[in-house]
Amino acid sequence: MAPSSGTAERGADLAASLFVTLLGLLCIWQAWAIPVTPLYAQVGPKFMPYLIGGLVTLVGLGLVGTALRGGWSASLEEVREAPPVNWRALGLVGAGLVANLALIDTLGFVFAATAQFVLVAMGFGSRHPLRDLAIGLAVTLGAFLAFDKLLGVNIGAGILDGIL
Amino acid sequence: MDVWSGLAFGFGNALTLTNLGWALLGCFLGTAIGVLPGIGPALTIALLLPITFQVSATGAFILFCGVFYGAMYGGSTTSILLNTPGESGSIITALEGAKMARNGRAGPALVTAAIGSFVAGTIGTLGISFLGPIVVELALQLGPAEYFALMILCFVTVSAVLGGSALRGLASLGLGLTIGLIGIDLQTGQPRLTFGIPELLDGVDVVLVAVALFAVGETLYLAWRHVEGRQEVREVGRLMMSKEDWKRSIGPWLRGAGLGFPFGVMPTGGSEMPTMLSYYAERKLVKPEHRHEFGTTGAIEGVAGPEAANNAAAAGILVPMLTLGLPTSATAAIMLSAFQSYGIQPGPMLFTTQGELVWTLIASLYIANIMLVVLNLPLVGLWARILKIPTPQLYAGILVFATIGTYGISNSVVDLMLLYGIGIIAMFMRRFDFPTAPVVIGMILGPMAEQAMRQALTISQGDWTTFLTRPVSLCILILALIGLVGPKLWALAARRRAA
Repeated sequence: MAPSSGTAERGADLAASLFVTLLGLLCIWQAWAIPVTPLYAQVGPKFMPYLIGGLVTLVGLGLVGTALRGGWSASLEEVREAPPVNWRALGLVGAGLVANLALIDTLGFVFAATAQFVLVAMGFGSRHPLRDLAIGLAVTLGAFLAFDKLLGVNIGAGILDGIL
Repeated sequence: MDVWSGLAFGFGNALTLTNLGWALLGCFLGTAIGVLPGIGPALTIALLLPITFQVSATGAFILFCGVFYGAMYGGSTTSILLNTPGESGSIITALEGAKMARNGRAGPALVTAAIGSFVAGTIGTLGISFLGPIVVELALQLGPAEYFALMILCFVTVSAVLGGSALRGLASLGLGLTIGLIGIDLQTGQPRLTFGIPELLDGVDVVLVAVALFAVGETLYLAWRHVEGRQEVREVGRLMMSKEDWKRSIGPWLRGAGLGFPFGVMPTGGSEMPTMLSYYAERKLVKPEHRHEFGTTGAIEGVAGPEAANNAAAAGILVPMLTLGLPTSATAAIMLSAFQSYGIQPGPMLFTTQGELVWTLIASLYIANIMLVVLNLPLVGLWARILKIPTPQLYAGILVFATIGTYGISNSVVDLMLLYGIGIIAMFMRRFDFPTAPVVIGMILGPMAEQAMRQALTISQGDWTTFLTRPVSLCILILALIGLVGPKLWALAARRRAA
C-alpha cells in the first residue's frame, strides 16, 4: 500500500475518534444543563447523563490514541479493497433525501417520495427515469391508499388532500 | 402453568384461524425480506411496529416471530444463490453454499439449509419451552440490584466481547445510551438532552433509529461504494438431496443446533460465533474422502452445520428476551420495545402475568418452523425471482418505506431530518467498522438499566455498596469486568509469553 493512502486513513480514523469524543462532551454539557430538581430522588436525573457522557468521552479518547498509533482502517479488508468513492451515486441519493425533506410538507408524501424514488434509482445506475417515475408513483400511491383507507393512518396527503 | 399444560393451551390458541394467518403472513414476509439483500428482520419488525396500535398483542408477536424465524430461512437462500450474506449469521453459509451453487449443486445446498433450519429451529424452540420456565424460577429471586448488574453484563457482552474492537463496540453502545437519554426523565419530569426542541420531549422513537441505521445508513453506504454492474444469481436446479447428502447432513444439523442454542441463550448476542465454531467443527469432523470439497467445490457439511447453528442461536436469543427482558440482538431489542408499547413489562413476571401470550407465542414458533420449511422448499423459485429485483429500484423502494416508517407515523419533518442525520452517522459507522446492533440495544436497555439502578438505590437508601454486597450482583459484575478486560489481559499475557 502506498504510504500516502495510509496517512489518509489515519487522518480519517482520527476524525472519527474526535467525533466520538465530541459526542461524549456534548452529553456531559447537556447533563450539566439539566436544571437541579427540587423533587427528592436518591439519584437525580443528571447522574446517568454524566456517567454516559464520561464513558463516551473516555472511549473517544481511547480511539484517538488508537488513531494516533496508526488507526484501524488500514487493516480493514473492506476499506483496503473498496472501490473509489462514487460521488455521482452518493450525490444523487443525497439529492433524493433533500427533495423528500423539501417537498413532503407541501406536496405530500406521494410526490415527495416519488421524486426521491427517481433520484435514488438514478443514483444506483438506472437509465430509465420515466419508467422509475411510473414505478415510484405506483408504489407510493399504493402505500398511501393502503395506509389511508385500510389502517386509517394519514401519512401526509399534501395536495392530494380532498382529491382521493 | 407448567410446560405441558402451557404448550397444550398455547397450541389450542395458536391453531385458531386468525393466529395461523398471522404466522403465515409473518413467515412469508420474513422469508421475503430475508432473501432481499440489505434489509433484515430488525428493520422489518421496526417498520411493522405501528400495527401494535391496531392488532392484539398475541397476533402482533406471532407476526414478529414469524418474521424473525423467516428471515433466517430467507437469508440462507441469498447466501447460496448470490454469495451475498444478508446478515452476519449467514456469512459462513455463503462460504460453502455459494461454492456448491457455482458447481451446480445449489439445489442440495438450499434443501440442507432449509431442513437444517427446521431441525435446529425445532430443537431451539423445545429449548425455549423447557428452559424458559426454569430461568424464570431463578429470575424471580433477583432484585433491582441484580437486574442492573445483569444489564451491565449484557452491555459488555454485546459491545465489547464480540466484534472487531471493544472500543468501537463501546462507542456504538454509548451512542445508543445517549439517544436513550433524550426526552423527559420519568422519575423527576426533567427534560434531558432535548436542546429545547419540543419534538424531542417524548424521546427518540426506536423505529426511527432502526430505520436510520439499517435502511438509510446502509443505502448511503452502498451508494458511496457503488460500482455499476449486476450480480449474477445462480440457477436453483433440482431440489433434491441424494441419500449420501442426507447421511452427510444429519450429523452437522444436530451438532450445529447443539452449538447454536447455548450461544443464543447466553447474553453474548449474535450468531457469528456459533456459526463459525460449527464450520470449523464440521471441517475437522468430515470424512477424509470429502475433506477436499471444503473451500473448493463446496461441502454440504459446511452449509448444514452453520445454518443449523444460526437458527438455533436465533431461537436461543428469545430465552433471555422472554424470561429476563434482556435483548441480546437488535431484533430482540425492537421486539422488547413492542412489548413496552403494549404496556407489558418483559421479564420473569411475563410467564405468570402474560402466560397465555407467552405459550401461544411458543406454540406459534413450532408452527412457524413447519410453515417455513413448507414455504421454502417448493417456493424457492419464487424467492430466487425476488433476488432479481434490480438494485436501483430495490434501494429506492427501501427509502420510500423508510419515509413511511418515520414521517408517515408522526407527520413531522423534524423526525425526517433526525432520520437522515442518524443515517449519515450510520454510513460512517459502516465505513469505520463500528457495529450497529449495540446502538439499538443501548437505546432500549439504557433507560431500563437506569430505572433498575435507581430502584436498587432507593431500596438501599442511597447506599452504593448494595451492588457489591449482594452476592449475585457482585458475581455478575465480576463476570462483566472479566468480559471487558479479560481479552486484553489474555492478549498481553500471550504476547509476553511469545516475547
